[in-house]
Amino acid sequence: MNLEELKKIREKAQKDVELRQKESRIRIVVGMGTSGIATGAREVLKAFIEEVGRRNIHDVAVTQTGERGLSSQEPMVEVFEEGKPVVVYGNMNAEKAKRVVVEHVVNGNPVSEFAVEVI
Amino acid sequence: MVAGMMEELCSHVMDIVTNSITAKAKHIEVSITEDHKKGILTLYIKDDGVGMDIDMARRVQDPFFSTKTGRKVGLGIPLLKGTAETTGGSFSLITELGRGSEICASFSLNHPDLPPIGKLKDTVLVLIVGNSEIDFTFRHKADEKEFVLETSVIKNILGDTPLTSPEVINFLINYLDENL
Repeated sequence: MNLEELKKIREKAQKDVELRQKESRIRIVVGMGTSGIATGAREVLKAFIEEVGRRNIHDVAVTQTGERGLSSQEPMVEVFEEGKPVVVYGNMNAEKAKRVVVEHVVNGNPVSEFAVEVI
Repeated sequence: MVAGMMEELCSHVMDIVTNSITAKAKHIEVSITEDHKKGILTLYIKDDGVGMDIDMARRVQDPFFSTKTGRKVGLGIPLLKGTAETTGGSFSLITELGRGSEICASFSLNHPDLPPIGKLKDTVLVLIVGNSEIDFTFRHKADEKEFVLETSVIKNILGDTPLTSPEVINFLINYLDENL
C-alpha cells in the first residue's frame, strides 16, 4: 500500500465522476468538543467515515466541528439534508452511527430513538 | 472536567487540533516524538489560525476560567498542560493574534501517570477525512523510525477526486494500518 496507488484510484474515480452528483446530498457533522472527545466522539466519527468507505457512498460528506453546547448528550451528531429538517442525534456511539447510516442515510428514515432534536 | 477523562494522548491531540480548526487554520502540523533514550515524549501542534492575544493566551491555560464562563474553545489546553506537568514534563503555548498558535507539551515516558498514546491511526484518519479542506502534516517519530503524512501531497495526486470519496477513505484506512 503506497501513495502510487492513489493514482489508480483517481483514474477510476474520474471515469465514474459523470455518474455522480457533484454536491453532497447529506452532510453529517460530528461534534468534537472536549466533552465529545472524552465521551467517544472520535469512535463515532470513525464509524461514519468507515461506513461511507465500506458501503461505497458517494453523496455524503462526513465532517467534524467543535463544541456544540449540549454537553450532557455528547457525542452529538447533526445530519443535514437539503429540504429536510436537521436531525440532531445525541449520546451516540459507533454502533448507533452504523444504524444511522443504514436507516437514515441509505433508507431515508431518521432513527427517532437516537434523535434529541429536530430543527 | 478532570484530566482523567482524557485517557489517551491522542484525545489531547484531537482536542487541541479541534481548537486549531475552530481558529480557522488552513494548515495544521502535528508531531509526536518518542525519544526512549532520553525518556521523553514530545507533542507539538502548530497552526496558522487566528491566534490569540496575550490576555487570551493566559486565560486559556486557566482551567477555572475555562469552565466557569462556559467558553467553548480551549477547554482542552489546561487538561493537556495538567497531564504534561503531572508526568514531570513541560508545556508551552506560543501564539500571536493573526499569526496562529504553537503548542509544545513534553512528558516523561517513564512516569506512571503518562497516558498511552492511544489510537493514533484512528485519530489521523478522522482528522484528515473529517476536515478535508485543511492541509495536515502528521509526523510520528519513535527513535529511528519515522512516519510522515502530508495531505497536500495526497491531494495533489488525487486532483479533482475528493479526499472524502469512499475509495480514498478505504485507501487511507489500509495505508495508515500498514505504515503508522
